[in-house]
Amino acid sequence: MSNWERSSTARVVPPARPRKLAKVPFVELADGRLQGVVSSGSDIGRVYVSSVAAGSYAFACSTNNNRPCGGARGSFCNHIAALVDQAVLQYGPERVARYLKIDLPDGEPDASGLRQAMALTRPAPDDAKAAAAVFSRFLRHLAYLELAPVTTPLPEMQFFPPTRAAA
Amino acid sequence: MRTDLLTAPVDGLDEALAAVDAFDDALVAGLLRPRTSDGAGPEALAVAVAGTPLAARVAEAAGKAAAGAAGEDHFVALAAARTALLGSVHDALLIRVEQATGRSGAEGEPAAPGERQAANLLTAARAWLSDLARCGWQGLDHDVVSGAAEVVSAMLPDPALRRLATLLDGFAAELAASCPGTAMERVPVRRWADLWSRGMMLTVPGAAGAPPTGTATGRLLPLGVDLREHATAAQAQVHAVFEPADGSAPRLVRAGVSAPKPDTVVGAGIWQLLRPHMSLLAAAGEGRSMDLTDMPVTDEGDLLWSDGHARPGEPADPFATARVALPTATGPATAPLDRHPARIAVPVFLEGYSAGTEDDGTVTFTVSGTALTVDTDLIPVAGPLTPRAVATSSACIGLLRWDAGTFGIQPLAVETTVRRKVVAVHAGAWAGGTEDKVGVKGEKAATDTVKVLGERAGRLLRK
Ligand SMILES: [Zn+2]
Repeated sequence: MSNWERSSTARVVPPARPRKLAKVPFVELADGRLQGVVSSGSDIGRVYVSSVAAGSYAFACSTNNNRPCGGARGSFCNHIAALVDQAVLQYGPERVARYLKIDLPDGEPDASGLRQAMALTRPAPDDAKAAAAVFSRFLRHLAYLELAPVTTPLPEMQFFPPTRAAA
Repeated sequence: MRTDLLTAPVDGLDEALAAVDAFDDALVAGLLRPRTSDGAGPEALAVAVAGTPLAARVAEAAGKAAAGAAGEDHFVALAAARTALLGSVHDALLIRVEQATGRSGAEGEPAAPGERQAANLLTAARAWLSDLARCGWQGLDHDVVSGAAEVVSAMLPDPALRRLATLLDGFAAELAASCPGTAMERVPVRRWADLWSRGMMLTVPGAAGAPPTGTATGRLLPLGVDLREHATAAQAQVHAVFEPADGSAPRLVRAGVSAPKPDTVVGAGIWQLLRPHMSLLAAAGEGRSMDLTDMPVTDEGDLLWSDGHARPGEPADPFATARVALPTATGPATAPLDRHPARIAVPVFLEGYSAGTEDDGTVTFTVSGTALTVDTDLIPVAGPLTPRAVATSSACIGLLRWDAGTFGIQPLAVETTVRRKVVAVHAGAWAGGTEDKVGVKGEKAATDTVKVLGERAGRLLRK
């Protein structure tokens, strides 16, 4: 077996890359979907919860009050496009493509290439109704800001080395 | 330093690790189904601890696991056996480190951890870890992994549960990123078994939380900062020499601060989450000592930092500390449950080596004919130290570590020659703030991130 497999500190997940959050405050690859929260362009109190499923690219977009997004009836709306673009910034195109199971055309993958590759398969709307779950994961994410730092030792962090390798 | 001792074989090491590996390999497929009795898997752990007080419980647990019928208590017993074996590996390696560095560790056992409550959350964490053991890494799916989210969210606000919560949070993120398990090209076999066993041990009430057993009054001389992070947590730990005011022997100590974080706060931005909670970070960044008065300290050499017990002292060059004070300082003890090779992080000072770079980019320091690998990937991007500076250095303050079968150096600071002048570059130089362009940009990005998320939280969380 390789050293990586017998390493206690093998790097498994590369760190996120910095990006501006104003438009898409939350993106994650989780629960078999690319999912996240997109700010409304017009109403500062409103956000859209958008997602694309791995493999089928089944998509969904609705407001946090569960109103369906008018733009996401037959194909990806602008919110979903923004979600894909920001995911590529945060995780790198390869990791997004791998997670969503997108077969990439040759050459350097980029966000628009990923979106086109998915659109070509004519994905269907997702009836999984994941919006509430995604939104609660966003709230959970926000709650991290409110947790108090501690100065008691956390020996477990010895298992989490930094890495210089970007996503 | 006797670097030759660091590459020589350690008696019994291979045997102990073989038993650990056998168990770890079994976790890949999971322990849900009966196994053929081949002396491998959980049985190997039972054989390895046969002569210890754990023997009966582990033998029973291994039997149940082989039959595909292990319950939570059995999983705890197996995790305990694995922890004990790696504890013995830790001890053997640390003896080797003491021989190589000529520094002795503290005598005696550290104080036992204190009791505490929240048993229901510990039980929930144990149930999740037991599910993982049953399905195995290849059986991972989103349903199994997402079981951690609720437990972690409930534990994180309680500082007394922070150790387990932070561990499970980082572990679950790795598992989620690797789903489904059937599609994994390779599995971090030892790592995930480490995280799993460690989590299991911390679900035993009272296993975590070393109590302070004394106070420290005297001068604290920082050596360097070790930054650790996963997607949603960061910790900065300052390694330092403490000179007690009463004139007793100087000791190696650590002081750390950690914080949960959104995954989008990265790089140099991490410092601003930690900086306000430990004035020592600024002192370490500026090259200053600190004067401590009655700072609580554990037997493990961990200062339980609070700014009220510290004030800034005189400037103190870490390289002077490393040359003069470090050789006279004694090392701390390690709590029984924390004994694990990954915990070994011994401050060392190296000079007179020849630094080289191999074809694959690996940097090595060759000291009296023995090449030591330098893990340049451990240099955080949140600082001015670079692999290149390390590769051209002439002196180094580092942490001696062991992983995947070999000792290596994590550089904390180096002296290198720039335009015929020797300059010191510290990994933690930005801890207290910086005017460096890259650092300023990273801090600004994090400030913006926290601002956007804070604004969202204000609108959405408190509705
Ligand atoms: Zn939409």
